[in-house]
Amino acid sequence: MQNHMKPNATSAATGAMPLLRAVDVHKSYDRLEVLKGISMDVEQGEVLALIGASGSGKTTFLRCINLLEEFQQGEIDLDGEPIGYRMTGGRRRKIPEAALSAQRARIGMVFQSFNLFPHMTAEQNVMLGLTKVRGKPAAEARDIARHWLERVGLAERRGHYPFQLSGGQQQRVAIARAVAMEPRLVLFDEVTSALDPELVAEVLGVMQDLARSGMTMIVVSHEMLFVREVASRVVFMDGGHVVAQGPPQELFRDPESERLRSFLGRFHGVFS
Amino acid sequence: MLAYNFNWDVIWRQWPTIIEALLLGIGLAVASLAIGCIIGILCAFGRVSRHKWLDWAIWSYVEFIRNTPLLLLIFFVYFGLPQMGIRAFDKIESFILTLSLYAGAYMCEVFRAGLASIPNQYVEAAKAIGLRPWQRQLYVVLPVMFRITLPSISNTLISLFKDTSLAAAIAVPELTFTARQINANTFRVMEAWLTASALYLATSYAIAWVLRLVERRYSVIR
Ligand SMILES: Nc1ncnc2c1ncn2[C@@H]1O[C@H](COP(=O)(O)OP(=O)(O)OP(=O)(O)O)[C@@H](O)[C@H]1O
Ligand SMILES: [Mg+2]
Repeated sequence: MQNHMKPNATSAATGAMPLLRAVDVHKSYDRLEVLKGISMDVEQGEVLALIGASGSGKTTFLRCINLLEEFQQGEIDLDGEPIGYRMTGGRRRKIPEAALSAQRARIGMVFQSFNLFPHMTAEQNVMLGLTKVRGKPAAEARDIARHWLERVGLAERRGHYPFQLSGGQQQRVAIARAVAMEPRLVLFDEVTSALDPELVAEVLGVMQDLARSGMTMIVVSHEMLFVREVASRVVFMDGGHVVAQGPPQELFRDPESERLRSFLGRFHGVFS
Repeated sequence: MLAYNFNWDVIWRQWPTIIEALLLGIGLAVASLAIGCIIGILCAFGRVSRHKWLDWAIWSYVEFIRNTPLLLLIFFVYFGLPQMGIRAFDKIESFILTLSLYAGAYMCEVFRAGLASIPNQYVEAAKAIGLRPWQRQLYVVLPVMFRITLPSISNTLISLFKDTSLAAAIAVPELTFTARQINANTFRVMEAWLTASALYLATSYAIAWVLRLVERRYSVIR
């Protein structure tokens, strides 16, 4: 079993700063501790897959990274800059909302339930952050939006409202909306699990395309084939701990952890 | 047999005045709705903000307005305020003020329910792309709330339009007042009241029809 209290060794060895570093992150809902000291590094260009049983804290961890949840202890750094909290006078304080918003703008997030703005067309959904957060002129924002909608295969659907799109199409718009902002990192939380089976592939295809283009991604997924194919590293969480991590081939071939072995056992067929 | 001989001549002769009166009524309703919506949005945000005293103050305003007859409010503002030394308003302004405060109380509740019904996911998506709090309200929360509450806004406009007839009580020359004047001057009771009723009915239907089109245009939320 690996020591989950220490960031993994890759960046320490090279001396380079990781893109994202989480150190000993603790998070509780009231008295229920959900994250019990999560530490991990994510390197530039890496596709990190987060796997684990239901309730192990994967969603919670992603939400902490994007500051949608507060966490009580530990630190998350993006490009070496602490996220969400600052030490002032020896006390840990949440940073002001405006600064939080600026930090969130550097991290993209794609949700399980798409969460497109219902009153905006696909194109307007992608443009909103570009104009209001990035301050781009409308014409430039429109060009960028069209470029990304084309990239996710929705060039002809740009004038459609969310209710006029299938789940898979909505999710691809949501991906375009996230990546058009040119974030340092994109978080994907089970983005295919609300989709009909026949729509899963089109979304995974877009994600694979992004991964190949060098986008840094943290992907929570139960699609083990996808994880094995696309992830550069897999982190297995259990009960609010990181229990095992490594490249998918090694980790899946002979899992040292008993918990991981039993978790993977549910996906037999994929690993034989 | 009806012992009443209809004579519509007086109505035709007064037609321009009648139409002017009708337009005034529509104007009063629209102005009050617009101001009432602004009051309502501010109050709705005030209530969902977690300031206890603000919440209490707005709750008191809403309860007071909703449990007081409108006619009494009209009298209070028109006759009461000057007694207290506030003589800034003529009768039309005084009536708009009253009807706006009245509409504001109702719209506050409509918007509060609208805000509560907006799924938090939209707000989280807005957060995730880095929109600031006021931008999230302006570009996501308010437009979605507006679409959700549009049917209630339509209904409020129609009932405000009918409520403008109460302005007759302070001699604002809207439709009811004008009908009563024709009645008093010519004794054509049935013609005056039937014309007024027909115009209220037709206008209410017309407003409903226009707003149905607006609703259809904006009903992008399923
Ligand atoms: N808002 C909340 N309030 C209280 N408890 C919560 C809340 N959100 C999550 N939890 C709890 O935190 C724990 C971790 O939940 P989380 O959603 O992070 O798990 P997960 O690994 O994403 O699971 P799944 O695979 O089902 O999505 C669970 O026990 C859950 O019940
Ligand atoms: Mg989850």
